[in-house]
Amino acid sequence: MADEVKEILTERMVINFGPSHPATHGVFRNILELDGERILDAEVEIGFLHSGFEKLGEHRTYNQFITIADRMNYLSPLSNDIGYALAVEKLLGIEVPPRCQYIRAIMCELNRIADHLVSVGMHAVDIGAMTVFLYAYKQREIIYDILEFVTGSRMNNSYPRVGGLVSDVPEGFEEKVKDFADHFLHTVDDIERLLTRNRIWVDRNKGIGAITPEEAISWGLTGPILRAAGVERDIRKAEPYSSYDHFDFEIPVGVRGDSYDRYLVRMEEMRQSNRIIQQAIANLPGGEVNVDDPKIILPPKERVYHSIEGLIHHFKLIMEEHGFQTPKGEIYSATEVPNGELGFFIISDGTNKPYRIHVRAPSFINYSVFPQLVKGHMISDVVAIISSLNIIAGELDR
Amino acid sequence: MDSMEGNLALAKLKATYPDSILETKEFRGDITVTIKKEDLLSIMQFLKDDEELKFNHLASISGIDYLKMEDVEGRLAVVYHLYSFKNSRRLAIKTFVSEDSLEIDSVYSLWKTADWQEREIYDLFGITFKGHPLLKRIFLPEDFEGHPLRKDYPLKGRGERSRFDYEER
Repeated sequence: MADEVKEILTERMVINFGPSHPATHGVFRNILELDGERILDAEVEIGFLHSGFEKLGEHRTYNQFITIADRMNYLSPLSNDIGYALAVEKLLGIEVPPRCQYIRAIMCELNRIADHLVSVGMHAVDIGAMTVFLYAYKQREIIYDILEFVTGSRMNNSYPRVGGLVSDVPEGFEEKVKDFADHFLHTVDDIERLLTRNRIWVDRNKGIGAITPEEAISWGLTGPILRAAGVERDIRKAEPYSSYDHFDFEIPVGVRGDSYDRYLVRMEEMRQSNRIIQQAIANLPGGEVNVDDPKIILPPKERVYHSIEGLIHHFKLIMEEHGFQTPKGEIYSATEVPNGELGFFIISDGTNKPYRIHVRAPSFINYSVFPQLVKGHMISDVVAIISSLNIIAGELDR
Repeated sequence: MDSMEGNLALAKLKATYPDSILETKEFRGDITVTIKKEDLLSIMQFLKDDEELKFNHLASISGIDYLKMEDVEGRLAVVYHLYSFKNSRRLAIKTFVSEDSLEIDSVYSLWKTADWQEREIYDLFGITFKGHPLLKRIFLPEDFEGHPLRKDYPLKGRGERSRFDYEER
C-alpha cells in the first residue's frame, strides 16, 4: 500500500483566471501555475481594454480630453477629471477661485467614498458576504443621486473644466450633501460590525497578500495599498491641492500590508472623507467658480447672444482648430485619487492640443505587484487579493 | 514650488556629475534634468541612495516622441519622474535615445515598478531596456507591428482593423 502511494504522479497545473471571470471585475487574464491548490507562479496578461487614450489625447483639445479622463476610472470619474483639470491649470499657470476648489474637494471626497464603498462591497461579495454589498450600494446610490443632481449624469460626469466647472452647484446642494454626511457614518459602523471581527472575513483576509513597506515603495504602490503597508503618504497632505490644506483630517495607516489592512484603511478613509465633506460644506465660500479669463472659460449664453465680444470668445473656444492655447513646456501633476497617485504628464507645444499626454494610472502600477502577492497562497486567496487591490480595467489598459 | 537656484538636488547633481548633465529646465516649478544616456543608472542610484535627497519613489516613466517638435534635437526620449517621501520633492530626469541605438539601461534593479512601465514604453514606442527581466509587449498582441504612440503612426492605425483575421467555425 505504501509503495502504491509513492507512485502517484503529481503534476503542476496551469490554469487561466480570466480574462472573463466574475472576480476580476473587468477584463484581464491571470495565468496561474498550481501545485494542488497552492500557487507557485503567476503571470498577468493585460491589454484587452487598451483603447489608446493617450494617443487620442494628442488629437483632442484640452477640454475635450476631460470626457476621456473620466472613462479611465469609471468608479471615480470626478477624481480623474479634477486631477486632469488641475494638471492643465498648472500648465497654464492659473488657479481656480476658492469656491471652485471647495466644490472640487467635496466632489472628490464623495467620489472617494463611492469608490471605497464599491471596493469594500465587492471585496465582501467575492468572499461570500452579500449583505455588506447591499449596505454599501444603498449609500453609493445616495451619492450618485447627489452627483446626478449636480452634474446631470450618474457616471462619467465630466463636470470640471479647465479653469473651473461647467456650472456652479444647483440650489439645495449644501443641504443634500450635509444630509448625506450626517447620516453616512452609520453605514460605515454597520459594515464594520458585519466584517471587522467576523471570523470568516478575518481568516480569509489576514496575512493574505501582505507586502512590506520597502517592497511597496519599490513597486511604486500608492494609495490605500501603500498606506496599509504602514507608509504614511497622502498627496492631499504632502502636496496639497484644491484647498486640502484647509481641512483637518488624518491619514490612516496599517501595519501588516495585507488584504485585511487594506480593508481597514479604506474604512477609515471613508470616515476621514466624511469629515472633509462636513468641513467643506460648513465653510463653502461664495463667489465665482470660474477663473475670470474669457480666453479659457466659455462666456455665459446671454453674452454670446447679445454682445459681439461674447460671440467672438465663444467662437474662438469652440470652433475647430481653436480653443485656448497653452505655453510651451512640460509638467507633471499628481493628485490623490481613491486608488493612489494619479499623475498627468503633459507636454505642450504651444498649440490648443497636448503634444503628448501620459497618464500615471494607479491601477496599472498597483496591479504589477499581483504575481508577487499571490505566490505561495491558495487559489481562493487570489479573489481576496484582486478585490483588495481594487483594479479598474479601464485605467489598467488605458 | 521649486526654483532652480537653491535646489539641493540640482546642486548636488551638478557637483557629482558635471559632465553628464546636458540641460536643466524649470517650468511652473517642475525641474527637468536632461542627462547622458550612459550615466542613467549611476545617476538614478545616486538620487535614490543619497542621504539628503532620498528620491525613493519612482512615480512614473514616460516615453516621448519629439519627431514633430522642431526645436528639439533627438527624437525619442524617456522621462523618469522621481519623488522623495522624505523631502516631498519631485524631480524629472530625461534622457534621449538615438534612432540607431534604441537601447537604454533598465532601472528595474533599482525600482521594481519599472517592470511594467518599461514594458509599456517598449510596446508603444519601441525603446528597448537593457537588463529588463522580461521585455515583451504589454498592451498590444505579440504579433503587432509598429509602435502606436510614435508620432509617425496615424491615429486611425495602418489598417489593422480591416486586416484582422479571425477563424471561421
